[in-house]
Amino acid sequence: MKDFFKRLPEQAVRVVTVFIVLVAILLVVWRFILPPELKDHDLQIIATIEREADKEVKYAGAQMCGQCHEKELDIKKNGYHRDLSCESCHGAAQKHVDNPTDVKPTSPKKRDYCSFCHNYNPSRPTGFPQINPDTHNPRKPCITCHNPHNPKPPEPPGSCVACHAQIERTKIASYHALIECTVCHSTPEKHKTSPRTVTPTKPDNREFCGKCHAKGSGVKGMPTVDMATHGEKYVCWQCHYPHMLGGI
Amino acid sequence: MDRRNFLKNLLLVISSGGIIGGLSAGAWAKIINKDYDTTKHNYGMGIDIDKCIGCGRCMQACKTENDVPSAPFYFRTWVERYVIKSDKSVIVNTINMGIDEPSDVFTGRDVLRSFFVPKLCNQCDHPPCVQVCPVGATFKTDDGVILVDTKRCIGCRYCIQACPYGARYLHPETRVADKCNFCYHRLVKGLLPACVEVCPKQARLFGDMKSIASPLGRFVRMNKLHVLKPYLNTDPKVYYANLDGEVN
Repeated sequence: MKDFFKRLPEQAVRVVTVFIVLVAILLVVWRFILPPELKDHDLQIIATIEREADKEVKYAGAQMCGQCHEKELDIKKNGYHRDLSCESCHGAAQKHVDNPTDVKPTSPKKRDYCSFCHNYNPSRPTGFPQINPDTHNPRKPCITCHNPHNPKPPEPPGSCVACHAQIERTKIASYHALIECTVCHSTPEKHKTSPRTVTPTKPDNREFCGKCHAKGSGVKGMPTVDMATHGEKYVCWQCHYPHMLGGI
Repeated sequence: MDRRNFLKNLLLVISSGGIIGGLSAGAWAKIINKDYDTTKHNYGMGIDIDKCIGCGRCMQACKTENDVPSAPFYFRTWVERYVIKSDKSVIVNTINMGIDEPSDVFTGRDVLRSFFVPKLCNQCDHPPCVQVCPVGATFKTDDGVILVDTKRCIGCRYCIQACPYGARYLHPETRVADKCNFCYHRLVKGLLPACVEVCPKQARLFGDMKSIASPLGRFVRMNKLHVLKPYLNTDPKVYYANLDGEVN
């Protein structure tokens, strides 16, 4: 054995020594320096999940608020804002839950907070209550008239615009601008509180439009047509949108 | 010390290191004690386009909850406003949380339709971002959420390029990829994601696909659903109701 080592050239011994040292360093790094989650994919997943799960919660959740603020919850639960989380307006409140006396959540009192949702925007779904901030009591804080925990429904017919702003805005520029909504749509009282289940009526036949627009209806300057020949089998609103500019 | 003794000692050190290292890894794995079972859930989100009013509360809540930088180009979730004009051209803007909205209010005949589309990470079942990650820093958990291991991520941005939904961004402070993870730290505590919590119109619904009686379960039964870019076979878990064909 000793002869074997003696017979080895010195360069070979050095190369082997360097190789062994490198392997040793590699093993030490692998075993002691690298954290286990870097070597094992399952451990990595567990460690990441743990890290994510430990992150701080900032929104406490709607159930939490009602435990102390029963009065506000009672007011809110039957109103239009019943599905609105407290924290949608009052901001993240987990810190307030942890320390109710020292940390108080915010309470938006200015006009610009309500406007996030209730400013008129043509992209918003029809039926959502919107106002024009320039004409709707400008500079007056919303909470002087509306209780945000129980906002009151608008009074029809004058306030149809509160929800049907899009229709109102096209109608105001049409020939039908001066005709009240209720002339064509009779609106049950319940429509105010259950707008989707109790709906206003709509004209359902040609004769309804014909009351004004049939030949010989007798109103001066009114565009009239011969109901017998005009439009064939179609009902009027398949071609004419009554709210639209020019009635087309 | 002669060479023989040196080699002997070296071998001893290496083997003992191996044993200690192996033991420490085993001990580390035992420390993890989860009372949350990832295999019992499969999360998804439902978004009803017809309900979204574009108030931007979800974007605000997401930034607060997840420490996303406030600059208006870092988002885990964002809301796009689509305006489809009568010449079939489509204008898409990301709204800025209700603040400083583009003042161009589109009305009249020029606009065919307009609506808001909330977007976020689709938590794909076959995620392209996971495939491209060169260091395995992003992965799908058993409950169907795509997580980013912030310690493993090297910030190479391959995943940001690979995501067909543009859901990822590079966090300017941590310099690693960041994205929506359904507020994972809230899910493990039984809370809703922050955006769902604050949504005033319940346009966003969250639930467990493994539970029949979750709000999401009803949502997927009662609506005609669509997902974004289905032709990519990413199999997203964010379901859209009433989605327009122009949205991609």
